[in-house]
Amino acid sequence: MAKLTVNNVVREHDAEGDTPLLWVLREQLGLTGTKYGCGLAQCGACTVHIDGVPTRSCVRPVSTVQPNEKIVTIEGLSPDGLHPVQKAWAALDVPQCGFCQSGMIMATVALLKETPDPTDADIDAAITNICRCGTYNRIRAAIKVVAKGGNTKVAGLSIQHTDGSTT
Amino acid sequence: MSKVLVESSTGSLSRRQFLGQSAAVGSGLVIAISAPWSMEATAQSSQPAEVNAWVVVRPDDSVVIRIARSEMGQGTLTGLAQLVAEELDCDWAKVTTEYPTPGQNLARNRVWGNFSTGGSRGIRDSQDYVRKGGAIARMMLVQAAADEWQVSAADCRAANSVITHVPSGRTTTFGKVATAAGKLAQPTAVSLKNPKDWKLAGKRLARLDTVDKTTGAQNYGIDLTLPGMLNAAIKDCPVFGGKLKSFDAGAIASRKGVKKVVRVNDSAVAVVADTWWQAKTALELLPIEWDEGPHAKASSEAFAKVLEAALDAPDAVVGNESGDARKAIAGAARKIEAVYGVPHQNHATMEPMNATVKYSVAANGTPERCEVWTPTQNGEAALAAASEASGLPASKCEVYKLMLGGGFGRRGGTDWIHQAVSIAKQMPGIPVKLIWSREEDMLHGRYHPVTQCKLTAGLDAQGQVTGLHMRIAGQSILATVAPQNIKDGKDPVVFQGLLDSGAEGHLGYTFPNLMIDHAMRNPHVPAGFWRGVNLNQNTIYVECFIDELAHATGQDPLEFRRALMAKHPKHLAVLDAAAQGAGWGKPAAKGVFRGLAQTMGFGSYVAACAEVSVSDEGELKIHRIVAATNPGHAVNPQQIEAQIEGSFAYGLSAALFGACTVKDGRIEQSNFHLYPVVKMADMPPVESIVMPSGDFWGGVGEPTIAVAAPAVLNAIFAATGKRIRDLPLSKHSLKKA
Repeated sequence: MAKLTVNNVVREHDAEGDTPLLWVLREQLGLTGTKYGCGLAQCGACTVHIDGVPTRSCVRPVSTVQPNEKIVTIEGLSPDGLHPVQKAWAALDVPQCGFCQSGMIMATVALLKETPDPTDADIDAAITNICRCGTYNRIRAAIKVVAKGGNTKVAGLSIQHTDGSTT
Repeated sequence: MSKVLVESSTGSLSRRQFLGQSAAVGSGLVIAISAPWSMEATAQSSQPAEVNAWVVVRPDDSVVIRIARSEMGQGTLTGLAQLVAEELDCDWAKVTTEYPTPGQNLARNRVWGNFSTGGSRGIRDSQDYVRKGGAIARMMLVQAAADEWQVSAADCRAANSVITHVPSGRTTTFGKVATAAGKLAQPTAVSLKNPKDWKLAGKRLARLDTVDKTTGAQNYGIDLTLPGMLNAAIKDCPVFGGKLKSFDAGAIASRKGVKKVVRVNDSAVAVVADTWWQAKTALELLPIEWDEGPHAKASSEAFAKVLEAALDAPDAVVGNESGDARKAIAGAARKIEAVYGVPHQNHATMEPMNATVKYSVAANGTPERCEVWTPTQNGEAALAAASEASGLPASKCEVYKLMLGGGFGRRGGTDWIHQAVSIAKQMPGIPVKLIWSREEDMLHGRYHPVTQCKLTAGLDAQGQVTGLHMRIAGQSILATVAPQNIKDGKDPVVFQGLLDSGAEGHLGYTFPNLMIDHAMRNPHVPAGFWRGVNLNQNTIYVECFIDELAHATGQDPLEFRRALMAKHPKHLAVLDAAAQGAGWGKPAAKGVFRGLAQTMGFGSYVAACAEVSVSDEGELKIHRIVAATNPGHAVNPQQIEAQIEGSFAYGLSAALFGACTVKDGRIEQSNFHLYPVVKMADMPPVESIVMPSGDFWGGVGEPTIAVAAPAVLNAIFAATGKRIRDLPLSKHSLKKA
């Protein structure tokens, strides 16, 4: 059995070494929040963090990930789903079908760690994931919300939530 | 998010047992999946009361609204729930949703109506009966309270899930009277609220399905795990119409995890293994011989010549005609002609096609049941496919709809369900999840049809149009999808947006003489309903050619259109709104040029004004798009804005980059590196103007796609003088000569 550190837990799996990390996460460890979209590192739906680095897990052989490297998936981003990026995503109703959004969120978290107040050009360069529903403008708006300390009003969407808040 | 109602074939399988079994599966994996539970299990756990087919109320006053249409990103689920809740007068904070199954719909005489979700019809085609469903449930709840109090229901009011007897001030809640309400006869006379009085519908409410889509908790079809499940990867003959000749299963039999290699119908082979990755990698090593059939040498270039010839062929059917366009053009002072063309497109949903099927056989070998778990836009068609493929009557089949990772029309089909059932029949009793690789998804789509169009206008000495002939040559979607609906060689869907009347798209211009006809030519590549359907290319053809006419006669493109649109005030209103919103007539920023487009389809009126610049090196930048939509009623304006924005991403992906081309009978674009789509850096800011006129119901998921390409192409012409008529744009250089 090989070991991986995923979301701060040491996990064992018996996948062949050339299996992409994506499929170990999904099929061996039951972490299906990380998505398969292309298998060629083209779409970014499979983005996870390895020691903080956004990584397209669909082309990363699991044998190249060391047991002590810290893998973080969408499920491990926060204990309660309330990471500032997740909160901004929910406040602005970013997802449509939602399939790409785990990867978008993971890519965004990595961007903001590196560049807390990114310009549009920074966002364009860092977020190269594909969304077929076309949620890009709300993603951009949500990134700026986080960059501005969580002030959702900067997005100007006036979305009414069931808790009575308007974002 | 919605839980799916399931009646498991194992009958007594409870949620607890299910979890117990699940935990025992696989190499120590923890299954976090919310598999669909049985209706009975749900009933036992919380004793909800079904008031009517649309509304279930739990004792804690939480309300479950049943949604028949599929949620695939367009917000339909939330919009429909808003409409039901509006009439129900329930507490929105306590609303959840669930899908009834197609099997339940069949068993209950289609009480939920049509499950099909496409054509931007999710709301516009069911708003009447779902609102009535909510109103009826409210009337029954109020009646039950009145009965309990022995007062007149006319003296009682419902609001926010609370029923009040107005004279006495006495109150109760939906949860307390729901069981009694469910036993009452349903009233037949129902009146609906005036939209002016809406409190939930029409508001910018947050979607009901957002949070799980930000945490990884949302399960899509591809994420399903069932106890004992195996996984399958498939290869269909790469040439459409070809067949599977043979394969050498022995060559991969010893691969780890491989359980079986199976023939799938006439043309495909699948590997079934413990994990999908094992199945996929084994399949790649499987020696396969194909009989590529009669189309092994087909190419896009050869078919383009067929289409070119059809532009002047005599065998065309008429879609819209007034006066005598040919005569008017023949006698015109000036004639302008142009030929346009659009290629095949793939839907390329982010989630590839998939289905999990369990085909159960009794101890004596008699087939018993076929269950399908799949993301589908059309649950009832999926059920019919399960029945057909399994050979079992529909009453012994069931379909559990799972969240779609994008639909765009592709998941209205059932081809992958036929395959998955075929595989499962060869693995009786074992659930098998079939997942298509992205390559399979790209090579075996149901493609946006390939067409060309020749437009010919006759103009008088003053530059006024005296006649227009629009000849469309090309593929019919119905010829693939529903050939029985082609009558006398006419596919009416071809003329979407070009008709003289009707919700599915009528032309916004009046010409003194008009002929729009279609010469059908079908390649061997199967066509399908691709988001926006035929409105997409028809709007490119009309709106770019109108722009050509305006420029050729030295007229302002907005004023030229306005003169032809006097009899089409709704078309004109959105065009004016988009143009004004963008500042048409006022100078744009230096180097920035504008282009217009408008159309009508899927019941709604839409227009866009694009602002672009093109550098001397030919680099295009789309600075801004202002878009106006009149959908009649706007159930959730913030979600309509999201659909407008998304429509530009989809429409511009096709216009800028998208083409599926054929060589040696097969599609050449196997993945996103060969089929690029709009990404963050390509996406322009979009300013949406939602302007419901309140007198009809239109769709919003598709119509705006159609104006994306022509608005940008017209702006590119304004910027460069280059008229792009053959898409995608990436085939052409915009570099300054």
